Order: sequence, then structure tokens, then C-alpha cells
Amino acid sequence: MTHPTIRRIVLTVGAPISAVFFAVLLSSLFLLISGSSPFQAYIDMIENASRLETFVDILNEATPLYISAIAAAIGFRMNLFNIGVEGQYLLAAFFAAAVGGYFAGLPPVLHVTLILIVSVLVGAAYAGLAGALKVTRGINEVISTIMLNFIAVGGIIAWLIREWADDTGATNSGTTPIDESGRMPSLNGLLEVFTREISKGRELTGVLLIAILVGITYHLFINRTRIGFDFRASGYNPMAARAGGIPPKRMVMYAMLLSGGVAGLVGMSEVLSQRYKYDQSFIQGLGFNGIAIALLGRNNPVGIAIGALLFGFLNASSGILQITGSATPEIVQIMKGIIVLSAVIAYEAVRRVKLRDEARSAAEATERMSTEPEEALA
Amino acid sequence: MTAAIELIGITKRFPGVIANDDVNLTVKRGEIHAICGENGAGKSTLMKILYGMQAPDKGRMLIDGEEVKLSSPGDAIERGIGMVHQHFMLADQLTVLENVILGSEPTSRGFVDFTAARTHFDEVGEAYGLTIDPDDLVETLEVGERQRVEIIKVLFRGAEILILDEPTAVLVPQEVEELFRNMRGLRADGATILFIDHKLQEVLEIADTITVLRQGRTVATVDPNEVNAGDLAELMVGSELPTPATGASTVTDEVALHVKGVTVLDVDDRPVVDDVSLKIRRGEIVGIAGVEGNGQHELVSAIIGTLDPSAGAISLNGENIAHWSVRDRREAGVAYVPQDRQSEGLLLTAPLWENAALGHQTRPPFSKGVWVDRAGSKERTEEIRSSFDVRTPNIDVSAHALSGGNQQKLILGREVTSEPKLLIASHPTRGIDVGAQAAVWDHLRRSRSDGLATLLISADLDELIGLSDTIVVMFRGKLVATLDPNDVTPRDLGAFMTGAHLGDEHTPTINQAVQQ
Repeated sequence: MTHPTIRRIVLTVGAPISAVFFAVLLSSLFLLISGSSPFQAYIDMIENASRLETFVDILNEATPLYISAIAAAIGFRMNLFNIGVEGQYLLAAFFAAAVGGYFAGLPPVLHVTLILIVSVLVGAAYAGLAGALKVTRGINEVISTIMLNFIAVGGIIAWLIREWADDTGATNSGTTPIDESGRMPSLNGLLEVFTREISKGRELTGVLLIAILVGITYHLFINRTRIGFDFRASGYNPMAARAGGIPPKRMVMYAMLLSGGVAGLVGMSEVLSQRYKYDQSFIQGLGFNGIAIALLGRNNPVGIAIGALLFGFLNASSGILQITGSATPEIVQIMKGIIVLSAVIAYEAVRRVKLRDEARSAAEATERMSTEPEEALA
Repeated sequence: MTAAIELIGITKRFPGVIANDDVNLTVKRGEIHAICGENGAGKSTLMKILYGMQAPDKGRMLIDGEEVKLSSPGDAIERGIGMVHQHFMLADQLTVLENVILGSEPTSRGFVDFTAARTHFDEVGEAYGLTIDPDDLVETLEVGERQRVEIIKVLFRGAEILILDEPTAVLVPQEVEELFRNMRGLRADGATILFIDHKLQEVLEIADTITVLRQGRTVATVDPNEVNAGDLAELMVGSELPTPATGASTVTDEVALHVKGVTVLDVDDRPVVDDVSLKIRRGEIVGIAGVEGNGQHELVSAIIGTLDPSAGAISLNGENIAHWSVRDRREAGVAYVPQDRQSEGLLLTAPLWENAALGHQTRPPFSKGVWVDRAGSKERTEEIRSSFDVRTPNIDVSAHALSGGNQQKLILGREVTSEPKLLIASHPTRGIDVGAQAAVWDHLRRSRSDGLATLLISADLDELIGLSDTIVVMFRGKLVATLDPNDVTPRDLGAFMTGAHLGDEHTPTINQAVQQ
């Protein structure tokens, strides 16, 4: 038997590594079946990723994914399945872009802050709707958030985008573009301190800083604050939490509001540093990817960061595969799915081993002490 | 003649509890064998092991003298063992015949062979004297008839050994008679029946042999002709356990808790706690006796704040807390040891030190302002660990890993070290081993002499009589008696608990048992 601490570390690190290993193996199989060389595809992907410009792409891709995964993770910690991150971020981005476009000529910091506040409030309010339905009417949040996704995208946005469109005649109509003052400065300068100049017009989104801030706040809030403890306790065991003085309904409400508020920020890298408006080709699907990444990262802020970078890397790779022709770009989507599935399985296996280990060591502790005089009976 | 079933040294542990501890059981062919025991004595686990739903950690199982290992109910059925669950597993929309063949349909060329099924159904019914129309829809059947369908289902699969899990729990008296008639018929036709029950009168009436389980152990196998219900009750509860006597009175005249006319309504607006008043002084333990489900849990919930009383006042040191939030009450000094530690007392997947904070997380040493005080929490947890003898490798393991007794000591430790004004201890020694039980009693006594007011709810009458300074009896939501533990016996208590003093015609059988 190995040393317990080493064993624990091996178990913790072993799960994601074996998941990735398995995923690579299975993806290779898919590549072989589709008639491509897996080696060539992987070499292309890695070569591409080692370029500075691609690195910027990966970070830009990872930023909204990270925020989205944190939003999902907040719900998961409370055993709430907020499927509505998708609808919440789209609605929030739409309103934030509309408000940002409407106010022209505000002082720069104020303008950006205003857009951010609107996005957080809209996201929180929309998720809060699902929360309110759950605590007052007992409606499962999975059902309500799925429905609210449809209402947001197919209902509210589809209707208002036509009402508020900048140019109704355009094929890709959208909100009024946001002024220079409402745009987030890029972080190219910051990155270039460490490396060479970034070419090809790539701009590292400033929202990356917001994402990092969200991650740190999430960690402190969940693991270090009293209310974060209440949160987790409610998630672990609502009955015990209730007997321990934690009002379960209020916790559900807080969790949905927080999750939605963070979800509101998901679309900000698009609104503040890329598209500067909400139009009909606004990026979708970040909410669902976020759920997968939260699973992959086990709701842990660092784990989620790794997961988001991995997804960002895969997204950035799909382009190069198309260009070199070494594999079909769709393989990237398959790889994402395989990784998440293998990770979930690996985590569950490790969880069981850990539980067994703990039970065994606790039983040993009991027996060891039982051989001593039983002071408890005295 | 070899026994139909022989169990030797069966042991089954779950994280936190020992459900079966060296159980030995011999069931003769063609007899009705009853397994008696309190809730949590390990009856259900034993039946699940017999039916292959769970594998024992230790021990051997012999069927007809042959050693077997059952790894699924399918294995058990193959060996001729069938089980009728307490909660029926029938599809309402299907007919009796369809339900009976469900899962073991006779087929011919890939289609269900209803003709063959019907023939076999009739054969089984005739062989065992069980009558029911195979074409009736199950949803139209009475409870007793549904049970018969379950029994036929088992016989249809060729079972000769039947396990009935509390078969009378769902039946009215006339149906019980019918069931017993059927059981005798089955026995006459060669079946062996193992049935679980804790209604002593019924057991004495139907069984050929009775085995009593207590705290996971087989304590006795007796002949119903040689014992009465009182003897059985004593075997089940076990009055020879270490006595929980308290010693000199430490009761003061300062009232800590005063419950005045509290009424709690259920969802149908019926009173489950009906105009209850009681006082607990500092240094006093007030015990509540009662058959489970007579409003004890609801009364406790009203005091701790998870249920809102519809009338009455609850004052803690003179302040009416009846409508405060749970947290405000916790902060005011209400400590709570819940009846089900795993569902209401612990965060099983969280580390011990977080469990030690639960319910006290708003106060030092567990928090500083809005922040969790990790160092303070861990320090306090170590204190609890050493002074309450919580046996664990360290305080970072999850609560899941501890045995039931150690989990309970952790909960008691966290509640008592928070310097409470009132302790509500609901079944504090349920399902824990004798050593931990003695330790829990010891801590309750010590807190009492330190001036703590304690409300004790327990199904263990010896525990109640031994620890309490005053015993009140709860029956159908009302307090029906206040008794002095010094001159009351478990039998007297039993009479009050079942309402016998009211001259009630619906007096449950257990009461007749204890009066004999």
C-alpha cells in the first residue's frame, strides 16, 4: 500500500489525466475510421496552438466559456441545474448592447460599467424568474430554464431586435453599435510585455480580466465566506441545512440570482471587445458548453479554467484542421463530447475509491482505539 | 431433516452502521418463521441478504443444506426463494395475469404465450388454494387482494420459500385474518414462510418459531407456546442493557423552556400536535414517551423552528420564540440532536470540521464576521473529537466514513459544546452500539448536572425512565400523562402510549401484550 497522501494526490490528478488519455485514444479511432491520420491532425493542432496569435484566440475563446462554466457551477454547488445560462447570457447581452448603443458619448469607464451592470442585472433577473417559480410554485428549474431559453431567444430577442434594429433593411440586423467609449480596451499591450508584437489584427479581450476576477470571487465566496458555507450545506443536504438554521428557499433564490448574474457577463467579450452590438449572428451555445466545462472542472475555479482553455484550444483548432485538411473540423466537437464523458466516468470511479479508502481508514481508527481501555464506558 | 434456510454468522456493515452483526438463523422446511425486532434492528437488511439484493460482508448461507452465494434476486428465485415486499410492486393498468407473468413470461416463437401462462396460473392457484380472477385489472383490487397477487407472483416463479416483509402493515384486521388463513394453507401445501412483523399478538398467533433481532444481533429463537407478548417485548427492547440511571436530581426552579398550548396542523388542517404545554427547568431532563407518529417529531420541529405552530407560545428563558427563524433560535441557544442523524444532522460528503460547524456557523469559533474561520473551526472540531471520543483518523475525512456511534458523538459534541440553553435530543442512541450508547448517556447526564435543560424523545423506554426527571406521554398529538420515572415501569408506560387508559376500543395489540 502506498503512502496515503501520495495515493490521494495520484487519485486526484489521475482522473483528469486518464480521461484525456482515453479521449485522445477514442478520438484517434474516430480519425482513423474517417480516413485521416490522427498523428498528422494532432501535430497540426499543437503546432498551430504554439503560435502567439492562436494563443490569443484560445484565450478569447476561453474567456466567455470560463464565465459561463462558473455560472453553471454556482448552481451545481446548490444542486440546482441552471440550464438557462444560455438564455440568460443572450438576453443580458442583447439588453446590455442595446443600452450601450443608445447612450453615446458617455465617459469611457462609466460607459463600460453601465453595460456590465445592465448585463448582470438582466441575467440575474431572468434566472431569478426560474428561482421564484421554484420556491413559490415548486417548478423544477430544469424545466423552467429550458422554457425560458426558448422565450428569451425565440420570443423576446427575436421580437425586440426587429423593433430596435439599427437598420431594418440589413440582412444581419442588430442593435446600434456601441461607441468607442463603451468598448473594452484590449490586453495586447499587457501580453506583449512578455512576448513579441501580436500580429494579424488579433486583440486579446479585456474581459479576460473580468473572468479572472469572477473566478477569484467565486472561490472566496463559496469556500471562505459564511454564506458560501450556507450555500454548500444546502447543496449537500437541504434537510440538515434547514435544521442548522439555513433557510433553503432563500438559498435557492440567492443561487439563481448569482448564477444568472454571472451568466449575464458571458456575452460581454462579444459585446465589449468584438462585435460591439447584438445582431442575428451573435455567438450562441456558450451556455451549454459552460455546463460541460463545469462538469469537467468539477466546479473548481482552477479546474474550470483548465477546462475552458482546453475547449478554447479545441475551438481554435477546428480552423487549422480545415486549412491543412488533415482531418475534418467536426472531430473537434466529437473530442469535446468524449472528453466530458470520460471525465465524468473517471471522477465517479475515483470518488468511489476515495470513499472506500476513507471508510477503511475510519474503521481502522475505531478498531485501533478499541483495543485500548474503553474510557467512554467508565 | 435439513433446514430450508440456515444462516451462520451473517454480518453486514454500511458506512456508519452495523446492520447485521453475527446473525444466526435456522428456518425449518414447512414452518412459518417470524422475525421480530424494533425499527432499525436489522430485519430488512437480513431479508435483503436472503433475497440476494445485498451481499453479506461475512457469514455463510445454506439452502437445503447446500452453501450458496446469492448475488441477485434472480439467484434467489432460482433457489426457490421469493419475496413479497411491504410496498407492492404491481402495474395498476395491467391485469392480474399480466402482472403475475411480468418479467418471466412464458413465450412461444417470441410471443407471450398467454394460454400456457393461464394454465400455469390456475395450477399455482389450485395447488396453494389462492383464488383471484386473472382478468381483473389490478387497479380495481383491494389491498388484501393485491397482496395475494404478489404472493401468487412469487409462487408462479416456483418459489417454495416465501419472505413476507411486514405483510400485515397495510391490511385491516379482516384482511389480516384472510392472509393468515392463506399462510396456513401455504404451509399445509409445503411452503416455508419467513415473515417480518413487530405486532407481537399477530406473531404469537401465526408463527411456529420466532426469532428476535436486536441491534443487528439474533438475541433469541423461541417457541410461541412458551412465551407471552411481554417476554417478546423485553427481548426486542432488551432491558438487560446497561442502565441509564441519572443519580441525584439537579433540577433547579429556573424554567428554561416553557411550551404553552402549542398546536401544529398538518396539510389537511388536522392537529398533529394538539394544545401541548410543558415546562423544562435548568438541570432537568424531560422525557417524551410515545409510539412513533403521535406528534413527537412535529412538537420538536415546532420548538426548533422547522414547523410553524398555528397556536400557542414557546418561550426560551422568558422570550417567546414561537415564530422566530431557525437560525435565530439556534443563536439563542437551542441545540438539536435530530432523530435521523444522516438526513437531518450531517453533511455526509463534507469533512468533519464543516459538520462540526453546521448549525453554529454564524458564531465564533466557526466564523469571523462574514468569513468562515477555518482555523477556529478545526480547533473546535479537534476539541470535540478528543472530549467526545469521536474515533476518526483525522477531521478532514467526510462524515460518511464514520460509524453511526461516532457520527452521533460528533453531533452531540457539536451541540453540547456550543453552550446551549436547551438541548433537544431526539432518539439520541438509536442504531448505535452499546459502547457509544453509554457514552451518549454519560454526556447527557453531565450536561444535565451543568444546568442544561434537555428534552429527550426516545423509543427506548428504559432509556427514558433511566435518564428523565419527568416523563410525559404523547398520544395522538396530546400529552396524556405526566409521570415520575421513579415509580413507573415500561409496562405502565406502554399502557399510556397506546391509549389504554382511555378505554379506547381501538387499542392496538401491543398494548394487550404489555398488560399480560
